[in-house]
Amino acid sequence: MIPELGHFVLIIALVLAIIQGTLPLIGAHRGNVALMALARPTAQGQFVFIAIAFGCLAWSFLVNDFSVENVARNSFSQLPEVYRITATWGSHEGSLLLWVLMLAFWTMAVSVFSRHLPDDMVARVIGVMGLISVGFLAFLLLTSNPFDRLLPPAPDGRDMNPLLQDWGMIIHPPMLYMGYVGFAVAFAFAIAALISGKLDAAWARWSRPWTTVAWAFLTLGIALGSWWAYRELGWGGWWFWDPTENASFMPWLAGTALIHSLAVTEKRGAFKAWTVLLALTAFSLSLLGTFLVRSGVLSSVHAFATDPTRGAFILGFLAVVIGGSLVLFAWRAPKMLTGGSFNWFSREAMLLANNVILLAAMGSVLLGTLYPLFMDALGLGKISVGPPYFNAVFVPVMAPALFLMGIGPLARWRDASLPDLFTRLKWALAVAVATGLLLPLTLDGFNPWATLGFALAAWILLTVLIGFRERMRNGARLASLPRAFWGMQMAHMGLALGVAGITLVANYEQERDVRMNIGDHTTLAGYTFTFKGTTERPGPNYRAARGTIEVSKGGKTLYVLHPEKRIYNASGMAMTEAAVRYSLTSDLYVALGEPLDETAKAWAVRVYHKPFINWLWIGALFLVVGGFLAASDRRYRIAVKKLEAPAGAAAQGA
Amino acid sequence: MKRWIPLLVFAVLVAFFAKGLFLNPREVPSPFIGKPAPAFTLPVVGEAERTFSPADMKGKVWVMNVWAPWCVSCRQEHPVLMALAQSQPVPIVGLNWKDKDREAAALLERHGSPYVAVPDDLDGKVGIDYGVTGTPETYIIDQAGIVRLKHVGPIDPDTWKSKFEPKLKELGA
Amino acid sequence: MRCLVCQNESLAGSHAELAEDLRREIREQMKAGKDDAQVIAYLTERYGDFVLYEPPFKPVTWLLWLGPLLFLGIGATAWYLILKRRRTLQDTPVDERQLVAAAKLLDEK
Repeated sequence: MIPELGHFVLIIALVLAIIQGTLPLIGAHRGNVALMALARPTAQGQFVFIAIAFGCLAWSFLVNDFSVENVARNSFSQLPEVYRITATWGSHEGSLLLWVLMLAFWTMAVSVFSRHLPDDMVARVIGVMGLISVGFLAFLLLTSNPFDRLLPPAPDGRDMNPLLQDWGMIIHPPMLYMGYVGFAVAFAFAIAALISGKLDAAWARWSRPWTTVAWAFLTLGIALGSWWAYRELGWGGWWFWDPTENASFMPWLAGTALIHSLAVTEKRGAFKAWTVLLALTAFSLSLLGTFLVRSGVLSSVHAFATDPTRGAFILGFLAVVIGGSLVLFAWRAPKMLTGGSFNWFSREAMLLANNVILLAAMGSVLLGTLYPLFMDALGLGKISVGPPYFNAVFVPVMAPALFLMGIGPLARWRDASLPDLFTRLKWALAVAVATGLLLPLTLDGFNPWATLGFALAAWILLTVLIGFRERMRNGARLASLPRAFWGMQMAHMGLALGVAGITLVANYEQERDVRMNIGDHTTLAGYTFTFKGTTERPGPNYRAARGTIEVSKGGKTLYVLHPEKRIYNASGMAMTEAAVRYSLTSDLYVALGEPLDETAKAWAVRVYHKPFINWLWIGALFLVVGGFLAASDRRYRIAVKKLEAPAGAAAQGA
Repeated sequence: MKRWIPLLVFAVLVAFFAKGLFLNPREVPSPFIGKPAPAFTLPVVGEAERTFSPADMKGKVWVMNVWAPWCVSCRQEHPVLMALAQSQPVPIVGLNWKDKDREAAALLERHGSPYVAVPDDLDGKVGIDYGVTGTPETYIIDQAGIVRLKHVGPIDPDTWKSKFEPKLKELGA
Repeated sequence: MRCLVCQNESLAGSHAELAEDLRREIREQMKAGKDDAQVIAYLTERYGDFVLYEPPFKPVTWLLWLGPLLFLGIGATAWYLILKRRRTLQDTPVDERQLVAAAKLLDEK
């Protein structure tokens, strides 16, 4: 019964979504208040019903209802309870339901936190989100019903993919989807503004906090995904440039550009058409990612089971949503040059450069991800585009953006002079260059990549400090600085930490792949790793060979690590469970490879020394916190209402 | 006009995606088509004294089927090959790939052999030379020892008709 | 190097059997004194450019390798043209100025 209930409430949600996606929009067009008023209740009702459906699916997983096909394929009676719940979003169907749930959640949030907005704006924004929801609910119900029954029921499940049985995977998808779907709000605001023609500073101010929060969630989701890959895939990598990762990274790059151009549009009224286009692009890339991951056009480690009808459905939906929005853009985007003048080194110019570079980087990632598809479709042969390409291309493209990041926040709006900037920044520049040149010498000799990385990290950090100092000089106290300022500076600092971490781990990590018998030892980065053999250890739904490795330095045993090699009962899949000793300055990472003889006494063992890798995720955390801080700035809570009148009047002329 | 550029870019992408839905990103084409089949000499399963080498087949058009006793889809393919061995004249050679458990002889004894010879590639090196990624894979090799066609995955009567027969006809077999 | 039988994993990181065989083959060839280029040639001869994660630079991949440069070039040109126009922008429309003023007034410190 529970699965049927879930199916039924999903259909109700679809009906509500159809109402939400049509009547309020018509109402806004005709000025009919009653129709516009439908937006909020339908959005909230939709959220309730989708939440019930989600609960039903989670329940089916929790009680091991193997008569539900989705449960039978993705769960297992021996699976621990936590994973049974998270298996709810481990499959294509379940994750799509999560997507829809997040969309409904965001829509509800808009309906609650929009009391200061004009009614027609609210009706349009919620209406557009309703239309998106219609597409996804229809997709879910028509091609990927998570509640399909299996007759006869399976005696037991086929188990969740062992790779996903990790707590990083419990929270990674919800956070990632919060980000993906959050861009739908910015998208809906942009569409609403295009329809109404009120593309003004007020619109930018409304979109800004929503976009920033979505961006922060996306950042968190990506960081968790990377952290999961590091711990779970067994060879210590943290970013693989896999199509699935790129699918989340492209909206992030576009979203980052959007946040910055929204700043210009809000403060100076410039770049309106461009900002709208970016808002459309960020969400379009989220949709594109969904298509790439679920249609089977690209091969990826994380791809869901592929099915051409699903692919065709999403592609059709994509064409309607993105194509439609781009037509609207071409038709309604402001044709006049808006905003005032600014010169070469003004903050506007810096932010524009940031946008140009971020989009070039996004374009490069898109090009690399899709190039194999282009070649295949044109019959030019098959190639693979992997990490060497992306690393070679991405780093040089992004480096100038990191440099400009130091200048942008310190440049004045409209009119900044180079000599003035130079006086304020010359010490930071000198110290950054010196750090870049000297630091590698103390480590491992001159290395151009390390120099570039260190110099940029130091440069960003120093300019952030200068930013604080200049504010304090003007009499401000730290605590009284606006949260938007704190948020920006924290995010920039986070990027500096991340760049430092990446530079260190990419240039100075060490690894050894050795055959080890009991008692054998190997030395890496001053640590001695001694293999003490393996023991059998049964887990809840797997059998494991548990290795014991002692790590010592100077004859003193420091840590004992237990990497595991697991064979999962239901699928027979082998999994490497690495053991990691985390610390702020370096990780020791040990993974068991394959047993090398019949008696399984000798093993292939991989040991890694990863300096400062955790700075990467600490940096990402700074970005996230910075995003939330900026979005919670006082002016979004207070000023919105007051801005309406003048901005609305002004926009008539624009 | 500038405002239509994003739409234009998107339209091009959609066209590629639509095409992409009908392509398989995992099907790796063989770089050997039109090139000489790599030479090897291997013992033959079930015949202690005999060895097999592609040179033995010079002057004939022949089919090489890479299979293994542990491979499930090869079993599915086996009856199709049996029927083909009886219904058409092109000889089929069955490269026995990485049969570590030495089961091939017994298996062919039990279910019958569609092969004129079963070279025994125990360590899988010949397979690697042919760029084998997984069993079953099937090649057509012509009179001069040139690889003419490679098929990945099991053969069913339809693929034989649509893919193999035209090629064999073209080669005059 | 890409693992051939997996969805998208490197040869080094894959657990698949064929990947193990290929790793062993590569090790043996390295031991026999062959250099990287020879081993790579050995693999591409058999499996095509698909095994390489770093696509070679040849006519069909020119766009791939030069694309990012092209994007950056287009972006830089656009930046330059926009800035040139903005700098000489004499008078800002009145309503825009009011809007900025209004926004500034509302900005808390």
